[in-house]
Amino acid sequence: MKDQHAVEQFLYKQSELLDTKRWQDWIDLFTPDGIYWMPPAPEYKTWDGQPAIFAEDKNLMTVRMNRVLHPDAWSQRPLWETNHVVSNVTIEKSSSKEIVVKSRFHMMELRRDDVRHFAGSYLHTLVKAKGGYRIKLQRVDMANAQAAYDYVLQVWV
Amino acid sequence: MLDPSRIVEPDRVRREAYTDPAIFDLEMQRIHETVWIYCGHESQVPKAGDYYTMQIGRQPMIMVRGKDRKVHVLYNRCPHRGNMMCGDRHGNTGEQFRCSYHAWQFHHDGTLKNIPMMDSGYAGTRVNKGSPELNMKPAARVESYRGFVFASLASSGPGLKEFLGKSIVAFDDMCDRAPEGEVEVVPNCFRVIQHSNWKLFMENQIDALHPSVTHQSTGRAAHEVEKQLAKKAKAGEALSYHMLSAFATVTIDKWDNFQTINYPYGHCILTGYMGLRPQDPDTKAYDKIMIKAYGQKRFEEIVGVNIHHVLVYPGLSVQSPLQQLRAVRPLGVDRTLTEIWHFRLKGAPEAIYRRSLAYYNLVNSPATLINADDLENFWKCHQGLSSDGGDWVSFARHHGHDIEKPGEVSSAPNQGTSEAPMRNQMKAWAKYMQA
Ligand code: FES
Ligand SMILES: [Fe+2]
Repeated sequence: MKDQHAVEQFLYKQSELLDTKRWQDWIDLFTPDGIYWMPPAPEYKTWDGQPAIFAEDKNLMTVRMNRVLHPDAWSQRPLWETNHVVSNVTIEKSSSKEIVVKSRFHMMELRRDDVRHFAGSYLHTLVKAKGGYRIKLQRVDMANAQAAYDYVLQVWV
Repeated sequence: MLDPSRIVEPDRVRREAYTDPAIFDLEMQRIHETVWIYCGHESQVPKAGDYYTMQIGRQPMIMVRGKDRKVHVLYNRCPHRGNMMCGDRHGNTGEQFRCSYHAWQFHHDGTLKNIPMMDSGYAGTRVNKGSPELNMKPAARVESYRGFVFASLASSGPGLKEFLGKSIVAFDDMCDRAPEGEVEVVPNCFRVIQHSNWKLFMENQIDALHPSVTHQSTGRAAHEVEKQLAKKAKAGEALSYHMLSAFATVTIDKWDNFQTINYPYGHCILTGYMGLRPQDPDTKAYDKIMIKAYGQKRFEEIVGVNIHHVLVYPGLSVQSPLQQLRAVRPLGVDRTLTEIWHFRLKGAPEAIYRRSLAYYNLVNSPATLINADDLENFWKCHQGLSSDGGDWVSFARHHGHDIEKPGEVSSAPNQGTSEAPMRNQMKAWAKYMQA
């Protein structure tokens, strides 16, 4: 029960950091070898050596962040907002060192006058660290993944 | 509709070419639904009954492997009442196609196999076995080259090889880089929609002027990380960042060192290599396998091919040294789908595949760090071209300085940013449209 509450708070914090565009703080949630992974389809078993929509270590996350912060990231110039709701948080496995937690999300994104919706599930492998958790692996399975991408994803979902 | 003959001038094009739905319909009919269009790779459909669906112009098509091992391309339409035959993007149809509406059945080549209760239902009617209108309609012509399958919906016109001309090097270069002389598709297709006319994509792909402007944010961000990794002597890792940083570190004037060679039917080769031929242990191991397969002399020829990008007009963009392929599927005058694939070089070490994969994921995925800004420009171009703020699109850069030889037009030395490819594409376009 204690873990359940702490893990939920952690997930809420992560989505809040995205929605408030605090990207460095968001990146800091990952372990030094942490990976953010969005497979193209549910049947993918590993991020390594396979096609992936995202398969980013901290170096690549930094590229993405700095690109978005660059004044000439043309596609980021217009107003753009996101809003995440995270729910259905279930601890799947837990040991003294690691917790595997599944949740579902819904993200609304506004770009110029258009709204897009993305939904799916997160599978976080969290390691216990000082003052909470760090993300070793975040798997994001988007319900949208199979459809054509009408425009692209610019930042982590 | 503006008369197509008044749309194209040697160094400029009327905006209607990009925005008028009537022109779009005409070009679908006279270009995409006439010339050779890329359907897919044979390795997408290894087993009998395997199929993929795709659009040729406005026509929904199926590429299917038959029991005879042949690859067939058919209209995705049931001859009975017009129901779409395959509702999935890909799959295996089993022993035969079976329509989900009234269960008419067809062989993989589209010929009729069975109609339920045919004898009782159709005695004395115009429908009898053997009439060709009871078959699923095939593409008029299907040909493949080194595993790449093309179809033409017109029964006459140049053959595939003649049509491809020099642009055939896209497939030779890609396959020759494989120790076994063949490539195999990686079964994942990234599909991204752009909000503009398809021609903007074809122009952008070989637009050597735009990368350092359009992609500078990613190029710079990647260059920072690349420098840090190089300091830590992680040269192998740094390579994938170099793929990104090259977009910014190759400054705008340097792109003039590239060259475009333009061919009849609108095809184009962009030469130049972005420094992707390093001398690290992985490359050396690959070189060894290649030399064993081909001998030193042929090996040098193969890896010496200096290609960055090949465009097969009107619908295909191939980056052979990185085994990337993008097929352009126009959806409407202002909407275009790109289907993006990559390939494995058969017989090459895993590390070499990883390079092509890194490029595929970083540049071509739906979370692309590069194409995002291209898509943005495409949308903005469409907005501007839809306005009355001007009638013309200018392609005058280095006009009059290109080097013309029979059957090809090249940009002059140090004029790699010449808008020769756009002029050449629109010249081919105008010729098709007059037909
Ligand atoms: S429409 Fe296909 S069987 Fe009737
Ligand atoms: Fe670009």
